[in-house]
Amino acid sequence: MSTHDAHGSGGYHEEGSYLSGPPGMISKIWQWASTVDHKKIGVMYLVSVLAMFFLGGMAAMAVRYELLDPVRTVITQMEVDGVMTEVISTTGDRLTPIAKLIGADSANQAYNRLFTLHGAVMVFMFIVPSIPASLGNFFLPIMLGAKDVAFPRLNLLSWYIYVVGSLFGVLSIIMGGVDTGWTFYTPYSTTTDADHIRVVFMVLAAFILGFSSILTGLNFIVTVHKLRAPGMGWFDMPLFIWGLYATSIIQVLATPVIGITLFLLIFERVMHIGIFDPSMGGDPVLYQHFFWFYSHPVVYVMILPGMGIISELLAVHSRKHIFGYRAIAFSSLGIAAVSFLVWGHHIFTAMGELAAILFSGLTFLVAIPTAIKMFNWIATLYKGSIAINTPMLYALIFLFTFSIGGLTGLPLATLSTDLHLHDSYYVVAHFHYVMMGGTVMAFMGGIHHWWPKMFGKMYNEWGGMLGGILVFIGFNLTFFTQFMLGTQGMPRRYANYVDEFQSLHVLSTYGSWILLIGFLVHLATFIHSLIAGEKAPANPWGGLSLEWETQSPPIEHNFHHEPVLTHGPYDFETVVPPHCDPKDYPLPENPSAH
Amino acid sequence: MTTMTDANNPPVPERIAKSPSHWRNRKHADHFRNHDEEFDASKFGMWLFLTTEVLLFAGIFVAYAVFRMMYPEAWANGSNHLDWVYGGANTVVLLISSWTAASAVRCAQINNQKWLKINLIITILCAGLFLFIKFKYEYMVKLGDGKAPGTFFSYPNASDAHEQLWWSLYYMGTGLHALHVVIGAGLLCWVLVRSIKYQAYGPTEYTMVENTALYWHIVDLIWIFLFPLLYLVH
Repeated sequence: MSTHDAHGSGGYHEEGSYLSGPPGMISKIWQWASTVDHKKIGVMYLVSVLAMFFLGGMAAMAVRYELLDPVRTVITQMEVDGVMTEVISTTGDRLTPIAKLIGADSANQAYNRLFTLHGAVMVFMFIVPSIPASLGNFFLPIMLGAKDVAFPRLNLLSWYIYVVGSLFGVLSIIMGGVDTGWTFYTPYSTTTDADHIRVVFMVLAAFILGFSSILTGLNFIVTVHKLRAPGMGWFDMPLFIWGLYATSIIQVLATPVIGITLFLLIFERVMHIGIFDPSMGGDPVLYQHFFWFYSHPVVYVMILPGMGIISELLAVHSRKHIFGYRAIAFSSLGIAAVSFLVWGHHIFTAMGELAAILFSGLTFLVAIPTAIKMFNWIATLYKGSIAINTPMLYALIFLFTFSIGGLTGLPLATLSTDLHLHDSYYVVAHFHYVMMGGTVMAFMGGIHHWWPKMFGKMYNEWGGMLGGILVFIGFNLTFFTQFMLGTQGMPRRYANYVDEFQSLHVLSTYGSWILLIGFLVHLATFIHSLIAGEKAPANPWGGLSLEWETQSPPIEHNFHHEPVLTHGPYDFETVVPPHCDPKDYPLPENPSAH
Repeated sequence: MTTMTDANNPPVPERIAKSPSHWRNRKHADHFRNHDEEFDASKFGMWLFLTTEVLLFAGIFVAYAVFRMMYPEAWANGSNHLDWVYGGANTVVLLISSWTAASAVRCAQINNQKWLKINLIITILCAGLFLFIKFKYEYMVKLGDGKAPGTFFSYPNASDAHEQLWWSLYYMGTGLHALHVVIGAGLLCWVLVRSIKYQAYGPTEYTMVENTALYWHIVDLIWIFLFPLLYLVH
């Protein structure tokens, strides 16, 4: 139904939501598979990335399970036929059954493949597309007051490219997986399993997924530039959009570089062109420069949308205008700009002293815009009317864990301390504190925040809170112990370790189990909500950005009429009178709504 | 809407004039406010895409610069093996095609349907000629000499051990560029077919012609950098 129909009738009647489709299973599936509606594509992305999150999570569980104990050689004396004999056996190879299943030589090789699988799936298939492609796709046009993204068919294409890329990745895993590490460093990636195609498939998967990422970024940039509602200037946009905009810039500028890198890598492996092969005069460090020129900016592709979500959650659920709107908006762009100048800190030891010092200094710069955001968020909470619910809980968890993650990055940027800490569990812990403690926590908070809008059902608040608390405890238990392990000298990527590390490793593994339970509670809450959740009102949280002005779930074209901006996204103090619960207070009549 | 130059065009058969794809009948997509907004958005999107193309080739250029610094001898020898005549001929071919691609856009803008098609055909023929020269007089000859990339390198008279790297980069760079020529020719063919079948492009609807021409210009531009770096600099 087009919006013009409603003009004539003078008012609007209840219109089917975007979720209502034709009867019949096959026509429903076809309707979804051929849709160009950004909301449906967002939901399709949400389901796909969560499936990948599950796959990568299972690999992580297996990795943690192997690390429950070190490999010990046990000599037992047994009396066989009256003679004392020594029987030598080993314990601790917990992945032996999986090794048999995937055709690996040993439990150690299975371990190597599983941590590669965990890294590659989580980075390329989950966390890069996670927030932008799911929540971003769904809400960027609605928050701008647009009917769709600028190029809807390109948007669908990007989802299909994502699926094809992921299929290659899954195919590689089914064939036995790769043990190169998710970074595909040469010469591991050019020499291991030389007789087998699966490394090529995994690299190809990352290559293909890059196109999907570029198309999403390109679409978002054009949409933000061209399709904002009348009256919406750049500084009237919600901060989530600013986060997505900065993200998209990085996606468009950095992803082609990984494209050419992986393209060359595939030829290197298949045809031995020698560019990364020292025996032919090539340079493996060049590969690392290329790789990190993309893969460092891309960690900001992972975190910037999360930061955008946190800005929304904190403002809406504490009923306060975001503190320092422009500072947060510009710091997103600042992070995007600096992100291109710091790739060298991944390879400090492979460059000259001066270059290392420069990269170290530039890396410290990242802390400035990040700290600006952090202080503004905390200032937003000050004297706010804070509602403790699942989105707010996750926003607070984010502030806590991301602070730890950010601050522990500084010793890694410092050359002298990095010498001690690099390639240790400290790096693993730091990375997980920013990525999981940052992006995943923001993602979970964002899903809960927008769940009523996306599916028109409320979720069970107790279920959400319980899941959030379990995830928080499990996460910290899993990864804080790894900071300790790292500083004590436990190197990353080893299936075995000395006995002294065992108690911390055991704690970390127990933490991963709590984490798993927490996510299962969330899954149960979501399923319960879809089946039996109560109907969501249009604006359950009293938000002021445009997505709350349309019904839940939104209609096919998002709005009955093109919305006209009458207030900013955070004008809680001016729109809602003091001493009045904003959720009970009817929003001022938007002239465009009827 | 009629234009001044309509007199230049023969009358359009009913079938084409009524087609929803004819440029006069084209409506802007529902989520745009008007036609101009759609045009601006498409063109902006195309420019962003061209940025990604530049960054894609940046990898090749960086690798070229790094190895040139590491092995100047091999690079000088390698480039001596390339004949600037063929490279120069291909440069001229691409420059002409860029001119005709730009003319095609102009023809669409002034509704000169005949020359729109002629310009597109010349551009496509130039693409074919470029690929023909590249494969017939360069790739086939070089591969026949054993100047192949990486481990396939078997040229007996190489005076520097690292010449095979030069050939690797030569084939990766020009090969990737040739792939872009093929894609660009494909897009041009599509524009040509739609223009013949529906007269799909005219003064109010030439987004696709413009974007395809832009793509063709970047293909040309990349060659403008590849040519001196590979053929002329010793």
